[in-house]
Amino acid sequence: MKTAYWLAGVTALALAQPAAAGDTIKIGFVSTFSGPTAVIGNDMRNSFELALDHLGHKMGGKPVEVIYEDDTFKPDVGKQKTEKLILSDKVDFIAGYIWSNVLLASLKPIVDSKTIMVDANAGPSQLAGELCSPYVFSTSWQNDQTPAAMGLYMNQKGVKSVFLIGPNYAAGKDMLTGVKSTFKGEIKGEEYTVWPTQLDFSAELSKARASGAASIFVFYPGAAGVQFLNQYSQAGLKAQMPLYTAFTIDETTLPLQKDNAIGVPGAQEWVNDLPNEQNKKFVADYRKKYPGMRPSFYGAQSYDAAQLINSAVVAVKGDTSKKDEMKAAMEKADFKSVRGAFKYGNNHIPIQNFYLQDVVKDAAGQLSLKTVATIVKDDQDRFHDKCPMK
Amino acid sequence: MLLVVEQFLNGLQFGLLLFLLAAGLTLVFGIMDLVNLAHGSLYMMGAYFAATFVAWSGNFVIGVVLALGATLLLGIVLEVVALRHLYGRDHLDHVLATFGLILFFNDAVRLIWGPAGLALPLPAWLTVPVQIVPGVFYPAYRLAIIVVALAVALMLYLVVMRTRIGMLIRAGASNREMIGALGINIKLLYTLVFGLGAALAGLAGMMQAPILTVQIGMGENILILAFVIIVIGGIGSIRGAFLAAILVGMIDTLGRAFLPDLLRKVLSSAAASTAAPALSSMLIYLLMAIVLVVRPEGLFPASRR
Amino acid sequence: MTASLNARNAVAALVAVLLLLLPLYSELSGNIFVLTLFTRIVIFALAAASLNLIMGYGGMMSFGHAAYLGIGGYAVGILAFEGVGSGFIQWPVALAASALFALVIGALSLRTRGVYFIMITLAFAQMAYYVASGLARYGGDDGLTIYKRSDFAGLINLSSRVQFYYLCLFCLAGGIYLIWRIVNSRFGLVVQGLRSNEARMQAIGFPATRYRLVCFVISGTMCGLAGALLANNTDFVSPAIMYWTRSGDLMVMVILGGMGSLFGPVIGAIVYLVLEEFLSQLTEYWAMIMGPLLLLIVLFGRGGIMGLLGRFGRG
Repeated sequence: MKTAYWLAGVTALALAQPAAAGDTIKIGFVSTFSGPTAVIGNDMRNSFELALDHLGHKMGGKPVEVIYEDDTFKPDVGKQKTEKLILSDKVDFIAGYIWSNVLLASLKPIVDSKTIMVDANAGPSQLAGELCSPYVFSTSWQNDQTPAAMGLYMNQKGVKSVFLIGPNYAAGKDMLTGVKSTFKGEIKGEEYTVWPTQLDFSAELSKARASGAASIFVFYPGAAGVQFLNQYSQAGLKAQMPLYTAFTIDETTLPLQKDNAIGVPGAQEWVNDLPNEQNKKFVADYRKKYPGMRPSFYGAQSYDAAQLINSAVVAVKGDTSKKDEMKAAMEKADFKSVRGAFKYGNNHIPIQNFYLQDVVKDAAGQLSLKTVATIVKDDQDRFHDKCPMK
Repeated sequence: MLLVVEQFLNGLQFGLLLFLLAAGLTLVFGIMDLVNLAHGSLYMMGAYFAATFVAWSGNFVIGVVLALGATLLLGIVLEVVALRHLYGRDHLDHVLATFGLILFFNDAVRLIWGPAGLALPLPAWLTVPVQIVPGVFYPAYRLAIIVVALAVALMLYLVVMRTRIGMLIRAGASNREMIGALGINIKLLYTLVFGLGAALAGLAGMMQAPILTVQIGMGENILILAFVIIVIGGIGSIRGAFLAAILVGMIDTLGRAFLPDLLRKVLSSAAASTAAPALSSMLIYLLMAIVLVVRPEGLFPASRR
Repeated sequence: MTASLNARNAVAALVAVLLLLLPLYSELSGNIFVLTLFTRIVIFALAAASLNLIMGYGGMMSFGHAAYLGIGGYAVGILAFEGVGSGFIQWPVALAASALFALVIGALSLRTRGVYFIMITLAFAQMAYYVASGLARYGGDDGLTIYKRSDFAGLINLSSRVQFYYLCLFCLAGGIYLIWRIVNSRFGLVVQGLRSNEARMQAIGFPATRYRLVCFVISGTMCGLAGALLANNTDFVSPAIMYWTRSGDLMVMVILGGMGSLFGPVIGAIVYLVLEEFLSQLTEYWAMIMGPLLLLIVLFGRGGIMGLLGRFGRG
């Protein structure tokens, strides 16, 4: 009967109710903490924790408790964890979400339960359009915006034609569509690769070369970006087909991409050297707290998410039952963002600048990302008309 | 035309990489009748060892050699400690036990090396593109993979077919009691065979590492392809594994290269882009299903006693 | 079958009572999460039970059973997406599609044996996975959100967590009852006989493949029902549910619980999913515990948990 007792014991453990507490601010954070993209999740967690340090781990006078959950890079798991945070942990806020597909899968339980969510990365077009919700706020962008900015830059540079390559999931499709929306040259090809399992881009690179396009545009976040740049360099294409990117080179991938990334431009709404005070403090304190590491845009957006939540809690003096007031406060975006001040569109997506980032090597041989120019100011996404909110 | 040549080479290179992985699997399955799902984990360990030793020694070749030794050793330890107890048992037991090993290895790697994965950079002399045919540039490293894999295939063939130990291996597969009765240490033989399989898997892992990165769970996806290959080729047949691997590599690469354009003639671009990769993956499984229904012993089965 | 008071039956009864009373506990303690967790467990128990029918009793090791979860799920999801929200249409379609898939695959796969059977069922499941990934209209790899659960026109409201849980439990009970009847019927005895000694059964005159095929189709259909339930439970369906590692999970549940035992799959599903949920809360490195645990069970715990209990009972 030992097994029976053990079963009963485990079941009892399963049914144990976590202590209910109305005196803490509970935040659930869903991201990826395992697998090759764990480095992104860790950056987001590090930055969120840093923000809490700066806030003294208190919002509106109440202590803050954060529960981190791992979506293991899968939409169905992300949804499961989201539900657990809402139903079991009864969080006041949810934040995080790297991947568009994970976000879309998790949206229903969030909206159904009227939990306020701060999206610190994913930007699927549906969220900016028909699936917009008064409970969801973004501290990132809408997927199409960043590649659209890159398209504008490519126009400025007089690029005549491009071959597009991207991963075949919600964000990948958004990205390539985004470039097409602004780029004036000829699109010589559009290839989607199997995501996230396809890591060998030899076929696509061969096709790009054969197409005769003047350039290549890619979107490959995380580890795929490392692999793509590797194979791109090994294929010897750097000279004949310059590469333009979005979300492929960032502070998490740069240590692995190394010299392959030099001279490959990207577009971003935040670069670590943006000159505002809050950003300088964020980057400096991050490097102090986590020696040898630099924050990426994922982290910057997570830092902002914590600050945005704080602005809401402060506005209601810690009474998180006042959801409507909190939402109203968040809509004002009244906090010091590390990308500089921004406003929200009707769909709760930021209206913000996009910068050109490039990789440079300093005298000591250290690689870092630098802001080269502002591509576009106060850019608003193209989907806000589809959102029924005012 | 040039595109076809390049894609052909890509398919060949991918197929040969798959062969390295499948060869070990088919040997172990054919000779010890062991279904080893953890073969993918050995592939992963090979890559992790290589990245670690190359970084430690500063030399690519030395690092790879050390990693090969380490993977061989790991394979032997694994066989002695865990897997030899599974010989003779139900295949289902093998599946369950080695499934458990996959879970274990993934987390062990995460514990030791962290969750982010590693990089294995190439030495400069391997990063240059080589002009093999006027107008067609192919990365030197991928050519190196082709050369090395072919050399290993040849070596394997010679060892199994032309040496005494190869003969013992083949004999052990036919009739292990007899071999034992003749005074050959069958346990040692099996351990060595498993170690060889592990080394081959590790070699495959470390060879693809500079092209793709080194990450946790990298074995799961490619493992399934390896199983498909040994079934198509014939379980226990190295020749079968070789030919089937090339075939599968070609189908996958050429399918991914040319299917999307074909599909765009009938479907919209977006639908074609989603359907094409799925279709090319399906083709391989379809081939295996056909082989299983029509000729279950494989296309190039090992000669039976 | 005579019901005797031994460890196996006691545990089975205890579990049955626990499952029946769970919503009461959830209601009283305000812990909704345990209800959603156990709804999921009950659904997987049904899927595992269907696999046990062919694996435990029939000796057919199908490594592609998760495909039926996907087929049942997508039937519901696709119809919901296209505007057909009635459960009276969705669920029969789910069952019919699963049965058809099982019929076709079974007819082809049952020509093979042993590891080849494992591989071919795996191949077909992967094909189903890739078909689902390739359907851009239904989300492909990103999956498909189901905004409204199956509508049964007032008969039962699936949006109510308690009602839905009891429906799943009812399906599980029905499934187990069906398996019990099959296994103890002449048909079931033939299938089990085929597992022991096919040559002898064929010599007696039983057409092996036909019997196995019927068993296979019943199993697939039952799993398709589990798929329809799962889709409603998660309000979401994606190709991931059909990936080969999910079929592996189902196999683990069956083996863990004890192959060829009636309640084994239920125990196996409970243990596997509860362990997964709580080990992952205890430590980030839970798989390092789960992995060797599985290995040890294979090496020493023959017959799974129910087997262990059986040994206690016999004293």
